[in-house]
Amino acid sequence: MNHLPQAWGRPRDDVYGPYDSSYLQNNGPNQHTQQPIVTGTSVIALKFKDGVVIAADNLASYGSLARFTNVKRLRKFADTSVVGFGGDVSDMQYLDRLLNSLDIDEAYSSAGDTLNAHNLHTYLSKVLYKRRSDFNPLWNQLLVAGLDGEDMPFLASADLLGTTFSSPSLATGFGAHLAQPILRKVAPDEETAAKLSKEDAVQSVKECMKVLFYRDARSLDKYSIAVITKEGIDLKEDEKLEQQSWAFADKIRGYGTQVN
Amino acid sequence: MAMFSQNPLMNGPNYSFNQAPATASDGHKQHGFYPYTDNGGSTLAISGADFTIMAGDTRSTSGYSINTRYKPKVFKIGGTTASQNDATIVLSVVGFAADGEALKERLDAVVKMYRYQHGKPMSVKACAQRLSTILYGKRFFPYYVTAILGGLDEEGKGVVYSYDPVGSYEREMCRAAGAAASLIMPFLDNQVNFKNQYEPESGAGHELQEREKIPLPRGEVEDLVKDAFDSAVERHIEVGDGLQMMIVTKDGIEERYLPLKKD
Amino acid sequence: MFRNNYDNDSVTFSPQGRIFQVEYASEAVKQGSVVVGIVSKTHAVLVAVKRNAEELSSYQKKIIAIDEHLGLSLAGLASDARVLSNFMKQQSLSSRLTYGRAIPVSRLVTSIGDRAQTNTQHYGKRPYGVGLLVAGVDESGPHLFEFQPSGMTQEMVACAIGARSQMARTYLERNLEKFADCGKEKLIAHGLRALKESLAQDKELTVENCSVGVVGVRGEGMTAIEGFKLFDGQDVQQWLSLVTEGAEEGEGEGEGMEVDS
Repeated sequence: MNHLPQAWGRPRDDVYGPYDSSYLQNNGPNQHTQQPIVTGTSVIALKFKDGVVIAADNLASYGSLARFTNVKRLRKFADTSVVGFGGDVSDMQYLDRLLNSLDIDEAYSSAGDTLNAHNLHTYLSKVLYKRRSDFNPLWNQLLVAGLDGEDMPFLASADLLGTTFSSPSLATGFGAHLAQPILRKVAPDEETAAKLSKEDAVQSVKECMKVLFYRDARSLDKYSIAVITKEGIDLKEDEKLEQQSWAFADKIRGYGTQVN
Repeated sequence: MAMFSQNPLMNGPNYSFNQAPATASDGHKQHGFYPYTDNGGSTLAISGADFTIMAGDTRSTSGYSINTRYKPKVFKIGGTTASQNDATIVLSVVGFAADGEALKERLDAVVKMYRYQHGKPMSVKACAQRLSTILYGKRFFPYYVTAILGGLDEEGKGVVYSYDPVGSYEREMCRAAGAAASLIMPFLDNQVNFKNQYEPESGAGHELQEREKIPLPRGEVEDLVKDAFDSAVERHIEVGDGLQMMIVTKDGIEERYLPLKKD
Repeated sequence: MFRNNYDNDSVTFSPQGRIFQVEYASEAVKQGSVVVGIVSKTHAVLVAVKRNAEELSSYQKKIIAIDEHLGLSLAGLASDARVLSNFMKQQSLSSRLTYGRAIPVSRLVTSIGDRAQTNTQHYGKRPYGVGLLVAGVDESGPHLFEFQPSGMTQEMVACAIGARSQMARTYLERNLEKFADCGKEKLIAHGLRALKESLAQDKELTVENCSVGVVGVRGEGMTAIEGFKLFDGQDVQQWLSLVTEGAEEGEGEGEGMEVDS
């Protein structure tokens, strides 16, 4: 009989060969996120006269694989703001849970003072900066849209490094290259944005979503769009790109069907 | 073969339970994540006889992209109100914007606590020393910023302190920092400290007399700042959009915004 | 000899359901000089009588500014108040840092209430020997809160704590309806009059022994606030002159009309 109780019931080396325990060994460093895995692409947003419009498609990619096609990347907060998430989807879901608990904590103080979009953006940027300082980043680029303390339109960005900035129009990821130039044409500065009508703003953002779908390989024609005004949040999560025209494509070498 | 392998104590058939350490061994951590970025931009500070001007462009960049055309790099420090309208110290930060923001807020909290505990505002000299220790406190994970602190000293003279990212600092007449520092600083050397300027016909070689150093009047300094940035915008892609100036005098801090080229 | 066996610590109830240590702490509040707080639709004010321990010493600190939007006044152990005030300063700074928002007054008061309560439920701890009046403004307007060593906090329209504060409270109760629509000056005048009621016969309010703190919003339904301002020394004169004998006529009229009805 074997006198090592730890060995009882285990496969014998002389029968099965020595056990390969290498998989148990974690002889590497403590692993933190080194790269995003399942990712969302661009988020775009534009301020207008009395609010902000923000949009993101419903795709979560696994590398080049279109893995999940019904992922909502816009999130309401306390009926005052919308957060749009680009980058890692699991980190987005973590932040979603974090915001849920923040929302509940806030609701407990019955004073009726909710966090506005500006407060929310400050908070999120601190969370992101803290995590990057711990070398354990949340791999996201966020846009926070809503109204600030004076009920004026608010739009700002925060990313995995804790970098923050605000502008009349913002776009993350591919959108920074493809959509932002279009949006900047619509609203080059705050004064112009303050005169922009809601209809024009929504129209411009939809147009940008279309351009992104044409050229961003990790994008989808199903998207979410939210309009935040004093009246509340109008969030639509099952929009489809309309009036696509791929006529431009067959004139471009390598895009259409022609070979040379 | 396996009979005599592995565990020398048993010298018999061995069993496969995990003899490997259950926890990860100490190794050197390696990371694919780089915690810094450069957000471009430039700052500039010049002190005068009874004023200090702190300035910075308002462009924020990521690579070749412009994040926004308005992201201030010059901040009032240590006021008692949210609007900082009673502040007397100005800090400018350029480099990694998130670190800059964190540094600003930390220094601001420190100066506010100083006022709360001592019942009087902090002097620029004390604030400068404190900023140095804050920066050095993160010597091995630095705030990736070039900071400049400005205000008025105990005698009411303009004062500028400049820093490196880990807290080495000195008092100066003027300093340019950030992306276009190497473009602006030589200009300042010449125009503020009159470097390479000599009295005409004062002689040759060692006989040559340097132009006498005098503190510049405020209007001239403002023009100098504007010219410095207009020139930097022409030659550096990360500089542009807007120029934010803060002028510290005994009457408080005057803030000014001027447009720069947006291309 | 009778000896109270139930007051050795703050965690033991007496058979009558009392915690003596906490009650003693409340006594410490009553030893402190009187402070009065009143709130209107636009302002919250704190007024306090300062004592000097002896002729040669300075006067104590009765009102402390915490943040732009709030301040407190204390009655009882000043050193305990300082601990609480430091904590409140940290809380309000941290709120501004993490949310970019001035901390709501009720939340701050609740947090010191919670701290004070833990002192009454852990062996070896001592309750704070100080009562506070916290005046501030936030998104929902001006507020006044009372804090007691037991950890009790409550929002008040007007309140007085400290030695002989009952007299001041009587004055406040009598004028309660007037406060809501008062402006800054009238509110401070009411506060000072309440303070006067509590004064010992031979005492008078002077610039040396009086402190005033005001915070408010610039009109109802704010956004722009009038930051917490502390008046001490000569700065108090402007307020004291509101309630010196000559200036009392208006109020006398009011009093007369009440008698009429």
